[in-house]
Amino acid sequence: MILTRRNMLVTAGAGLVAGCDRLGQSPTFQKVLGLGEAGNFAIQRSLQQRAALAPEFDRTQISPIFRANGTHLPAGEGYARHIAEKFVNWRVQVDGLVARPLALSPAQLRQMPKRTQITRHDCVEGWSAIGEWTGTPLKLLLDAAGLKPQARYLVFHCADRMGNGEMYYESIDLIDALHPQTILAWALNGKELGVGNGAPVRLRVERQLGYKQAKYVERIEAVADLATIRGGKGGYWEDGHGYQWYAGI
Amino acid sequence: MPNPGTSKDGKIFRHRLSTRLWHWINAVTVFVMLMSGLTISNAHPRLYWGHYGANFDKAWLTLPHFPGWATIPTGYNLALARQWHFAFAWVLAFGLLFYMVRSLWNGHFRRDIALSAREVAPAHLIADVKQHLRLDFETPGGGYNPLQKIAYSAVLFVLLPGLILTGLTLSPGMNAVLPWLLDVFGGRQSARSIHFLCAGGMAAFIVIHLLLVLAAGPINEVRSMITGWFRVKGGRA
Repeated sequence: MILTRRNMLVTAGAGLVAGCDRLGQSPTFQKVLGLGEAGNFAIQRSLQQRAALAPEFDRTQISPIFRANGTHLPAGEGYARHIAEKFVNWRVQVDGLVARPLALSPAQLRQMPKRTQITRHDCVEGWSAIGEWTGTPLKLLLDAAGLKPQARYLVFHCADRMGNGEMYYESIDLIDALHPQTILAWALNGKELGVGNGAPVRLRVERQLGYKQAKYVERIEAVADLATIRGGKGGYWEDGHGYQWYAGI
Repeated sequence: MPNPGTSKDGKIFRHRLSTRLWHWINAVTVFVMLMSGLTISNAHPRLYWGHYGANFDKAWLTLPHFPGWATIPTGYNLALARQWHFAFAWVLAFGLLFYMVRSLWNGHFRRDIALSAREVAPAHLIADVKQHLRLDFETPGGGYNPLQKIAYSAVLFVLLPGLILTGLTLSPGMNAVLPWLLDVFGGRQSARSIHFLCAGGMAAFIVIHLLLVLAAGPINEVRSMITGWFRVKGGRA
């Protein structure tokens, strides 16, 4: 091969890119990169007031169409029956490290005090959609259930099965769980929550990205540690695909 | 350590250690940021203005799919690209901060980057463009020429701070801390568009920068960024 300057540049470039790939696959280097993630979590949490609100918008700023993402229709007869029954037999269980486990129907959730907020949903891919969510503040459920002192995280178990056969799940810490904008939403833009957007109940945790906003929530489990839950990283995308548990960025 | 401007054997001491160190750290960091950024772009290559923007909304630009050789990692892996991007973002942001403080402190900005009224006079700029077209980039004192100063100022004071601030604006967590950033940039999707425009500006700067290094004499230029010493044509210094 004749080593022209161009060849050298192309070879050096290809070597660099391949080197980056090898680095990216090395567990040690992944830990180094993970320092950035840990730093982001630490600094955002130290800069954020606990109750600092995500920006809210007015009705004129709502997206004409709110893009549904992830599961559009959970598979299986169980969910189909819930649709046919208009979700009257759906229950949101609150259990785990709580004093009084609960099982609430969507109708019972709607009878509780509610919060309406027009917020922006940001997908990890980069797009945003603004919608008006109405739902029950999660704090009210947790107060009713009585979190035990050991509880540090809430795990949201969902009714949608993902492509690889795993059920969707997500988790948040208590700072987000008790945040005033964290609600179990049952309405979007003044209408009952549609199937594509997580009917009958989905989580809104407004200071984080879209994949934290668990849809089709069936069970909320209070736990002391995420390591013993499923893959141990606190969520479907975290366990299987390396996404960041803290999705504030 | 000699003072900048010191000359010896037809060479002048042009770049202090802080400048050289920052340059090479950035050479790596900016490439990682741009290439991991292209993976993130591939995840949703549409750009919008305003607060929201998704597939049903009007995009002002749809970027092409960037091939594997231009992205980090080479295969599509958004989670890993984000890990790269957000780890090196710390290096970029704090590197810039340290460099800025150091350059204010040691007079680098005032002495080497700031443009005098004489330099930005149209006649002088036109003369400088003509000199560039002759592939002659030197100034009598061995300092940066006006077009060079304008390019460096744009990178230092517009593109890099713009990238960092728009990047912060993309974070929903930071939106709760610094909501005014959304007002400054006109919404998250506008901030994302400006982030991409600044990244494009950086890419264009790098291409021009490398071409001009080649045209101006790559050995002398690269050596001066490693050792600090820059050979002046005809020993004019």
